[in-house]
Formats: sequence, structure tokens, C-alpha cells
Amino acid sequence: MRLCGKVHKFGADIDTDAIIPARYLNTFDPLELAKHCMEDADDEFPDKVKQGDIIVADKNFGCGSSREHAPIAIKGAGVSCVIARSFARIFYRNCINTGLPILESPEAVDAISEGDEIEVELETGKIRNLSTKEIFQAIPFPEFMQEIMGKGGLINYVKDKV
Amino acid sequence: MGMTISQKILAVHAGRDYIEPGELVNCKLDIVLGNDVTAPVAISEFNKLGLKRVFDPDRVVLVPDHFTPNKDIKSAGQCKVMRDFAREYEITNYFEIGQMGIEHCLLPEKGLVLPGDLIIGADSHTCTYGALGAFSTGVGSTDMAAGMATGEAWFKVPESIKFVYYGKLPYWVSGKDLILHTIGDIGVDGARYMSMEFTGEVIKGLSIDNRFTMANMAIEAGGKNGIIETDDITLEYVKKRARRPYQIYQSDADAKYYDVKEYDVSKMEPVVAFPHLPENTYPVSEAVDIVLDQVVIGSCTNGRIEDLAAAASLMKGHKVHPEMRVIVFPGTQQIYLEALQKGYIEIFINAGAVVSTPTCGPCLGGHMGILAQGERALATTNRNFVGRMGHPESEVYLASPAVAAASAIKGRITPPWEIDNDK
Repeated sequence: MRLCGKVHKFGADIDTDAIIPARYLNTFDPLELAKHCMEDADDEFPDKVKQGDIIVADKNFGCGSSREHAPIAIKGAGVSCVIARSFARIFYRNCINTGLPILESPEAVDAISEGDEIEVELETGKIRNLSTKEIFQAIPFPEFMQEIMGKGGLINYVKDKV
Repeated sequence: MGMTISQKILAVHAGRDYIEPGELVNCKLDIVLGNDVTAPVAISEFNKLGLKRVFDPDRVVLVPDHFTPNKDIKSAGQCKVMRDFAREYEITNYFEIGQMGIEHCLLPEKGLVLPGDLIIGADSHTCTYGALGAFSTGVGSTDMAAGMATGEAWFKVPESIKFVYYGKLPYWVSGKDLILHTIGDIGVDGARYMSMEFTGEVIKGLSIDNRFTMANMAIEAGGKNGIIETDDITLEYVKKRARRPYQIYQSDADAKYYDVKEYDVSKMEPVVAFPHLPENTYPVSEAVDIVLDQVVIGSCTNGRIEDLAAAASLMKGHKVHPEMRVIVFPGTQQIYLEALQKGYIEIFINAGAVVSTPTCGPCLGGHMGILAQGERALATTNRNFVGRMGHPESEVYLASPAVAAASAIKGRITPPWEIDNDK
């Protein structure tokens, strides 16, 4: 699958309270959550993000709480993929389980700038910066995780077992 | 090759004799936990499977603690989803208001989590139960849903870092200070994906409440779990509560560690973590100029009876600073009752603090103590991220109950010895 979008760049240790503040966790409606996605890190983000856009962030993206509302809000806002230097453990797991595409690539994070147009090929982990013509290779997922993602998330994967 | 305690617990639950860090394994679960924020999402996923029962109605635990007592209509709706599910699926361990507590104080108190268990909870502070010698880790709602359906979950076997604490623990230095110091040393991703094993002579002498505090904050260093080997102190707590058998595991002498960190605690001071990350730590004596609007004492990190005892010992006979709001929230109804019987609640009320029902409310900026723009709080909670306790331009400082109580009296961050210099 090819994903193409404009980059919104964030720094290190973006926590789940920044991705979706707890004050909005009294619902898990994706569109409601999307209205407040990333607002404590960048209060203009919910207005400026467009369908298909891509978040590029530094280390430890998604640290903090286990709330699945974080990937739900990001997906609800139309973001097609998150690329980071590294991901916090629970957020990483939640993305695999719910089908939000994520990639780890320190080189891409260093080289890509706010507003660049980039293209991501999920199967191969290739990231192309269409603005600068650079190409990066993300770290591939283990086969088992690819299998879960291939089924569209953990619940579909589990369906065959119960 | 030997195994760490974390490897051993995962191996047993995977039906294997030996497992390596980095391996992906499927494990049987002892307990699956959720709360009023995460369980409704899990229930919605679980319903897609069309099952008539959960894997074991005695081993799913549901606790409405985040936005309860219901803070608004939407929260009431979320709690209702969980309550209705608990009734329909005959969940034994659903705890209604009046019986509930902050989940990570409640489950150990009820004897629901035991040494050697493998536990997942849709709450990041599920790592708390590692204090009992269990492997316990936070997951998302979809993992919870799959866990409720199958009684199983997949794990990547983590590498372990051993944290060894030695020396004589100074009177005012608590488990909270040890873990904040550790996070300050290794950073908020210093143990990312890893198991944090706490050991050494200081840990062996540490009370169970202080151990819970340390394991609770493993996630704040990115840890998959925090764990302390079961010993006599653990067993004294567990024996009177357990209603099923449990197993004690210890790390082998030749177990392999990713890293070993050693800390001499003898000259340590209470620690304060400045905004906006738990790794921004300073000794309390370097934090004394910070003027506060609010002090919060409680949470899954520091809402247990010893925490309230430490705060009450300092607040006894004092008044909170007139420009300060002080909120105390005991972890469970049982802790509340014990604090009442021991006279702590009277001390707090006489001092001018407010005592709340058990709830996660103020810790995550949910309700019961939200900060306005520009306000500053010191809290015994676990996170001080931007906007954690309210307005994005408010600030949270993390510290121990003793520092919180001393600061409540003075109106600024205060070392406990300024209030009580006999210790």
C-alpha cells in the first residue's frame, strides 16, 4: 500500500496526553477525538491536518498512557502514517493491533522537514521524500506483526482462534 | 543460560522451559484488567467476535475509577457500558462505587493479583503488581478485548535491566524518591521495551507500599514491567489476601542483563521532578523557590496507607498555607476507612485539606482538581506532561507524600525537615 501526504513534524517524547488529552476521554468516537488530536502539542493541528497527511516525530513517540484513543484520534484526524525515530512500547503495540501504519526510521526523521511531501510504501518500508527526492529505508516489522496487520488488526487475527 | 524472573514467568505461561529475550511468544494470562476509559473501547472490539462468554469470568477485572463518581453524562454512559457488560457476562470482579478503588491499589488489596502471575491491564500503570513478584504490563483496549476472549496475549520477551540500591536509606527518602531518581538517571525512554528489576539491600528492606510505588512508575522510564522478587515482606501482604495458589520465582545467578545500574542511597535527598517530564529531577533542596497553587496527595502511585501516614505525620497540628488548595485522595475505600480509624483524615481536615473519594480524577486532569492557565501543582502522582492536570499552560511537579505535605503547609516546594527536624 502506498501512502502519500504532507508532513507535520513533532519533537521527542510526544506523550499520549499531548496526542489526545485525558479531558476528552469520555468518548471514543474517532471524529470527536480528532477535533482535539495533538492539540496540547500544537493547537492548530486539528484544523490544518488534511486527509492522508503524515506525522514525523523524534524518539519515544506515544509515551505515557495505554489509551487506544491516541491511535484512534490520529486515524480519525485523517493521518495515514506515523514515522518516528522510536515508539513507546504500548503505543507501538496499539498501532499494530488497531491497524495504524507506523514506521521507525531515524534517517528519515533527521532529513524530512515540516511541509515536505512524502510517499511511504508499507510493504517494503521505503520512504520517499518527494520534495527533496531522497529515499529512506525503515526498519521492517517482524513477520508475526505483519501477519496481524495484514488481517486488519488483532481482533480479526483472533477471530480465527475463538 | 539462566533466566531473569521476568523471563521465567513468561516462559511458564508460554508452556516453555526456556525463552530468549527478543522471542515472540503467546502466553496464557492470569488476570485481564480494564477501567471506565479503556474497557468501553475493549467491549466494542470484543463484541465484534460474537462470543457468549469471556475466557474466565473470575479472571476479568473491571474497575470504574477514572472519571468516577461519574463526572459528566458521557462518562456516565461509558461506566454504564462497562456495568451492563459486567452483568451480562457475569464478571465476578466488577467493583461498583462504594466497593471500588483506584485499580492498582484495589487489585493487590483484594488478593486478585499474586506472585508469579502474568497480568495484562488496559492501563499503563498495570506494571504496579510487579511489586509482588508478578509479570504485569499495560496494554491497549484491543489487547484487553483479545485477552478477555482467549485468555492469551502475545509478548516480545523483554531484555532486563537490573537496578541495585545499596547504603542506608535516609529517613525522608521513600520509594517515590528512588524511582524518580532512577528515571532522572536513565530518562523517560531509558528502559523502553525492557523489564526493570529492582533489587539490593535497600529494596529488601522496603515496605510493600513503597515497592508498589516503584514498580508503578516503571512505565515512566518506558519499561514493559517493573519487578521485585517475592520475599517475606511480600508474603506477609499476600498470605492473608490470596484465595488461589501462587508461585514464587527468582532470577538465576547467571541470568543475562542488558545493563546493571547501582545506586548508593546514603546521601540521597527526596526528589522533585519538574515539568514536563518525570526525568527532569532535582534534589528537593534545589527546588525550594517554587510557589504552588495546589498540592495533590494520592493516586495509584502514592495513595496507600503508608503514603497517607507520611503526609499526616507532617500535617498534624499544622494548617495548609492560606493560598493553597490541598486535595487528598485515598486509593481505596479500605485505605480511606483505615486512614479514618487511624485519625489521618481528621488531621487532613483540621489542616484545611479536602479529602476525596478514591478516583484517578485529578492525576490525569479528568476532574476533582483541574488546574487553570498558569497554575502550578505539586502532586504525588506519576506524570507531569504538558496539560496533564488541566490547562496546557499549567505545571505539575512530582514528589513524595512527605514533600507534598511539607509543601502544602509552606505554600512552596519544601523539604520535610523544614516542618519536622527531629527525624
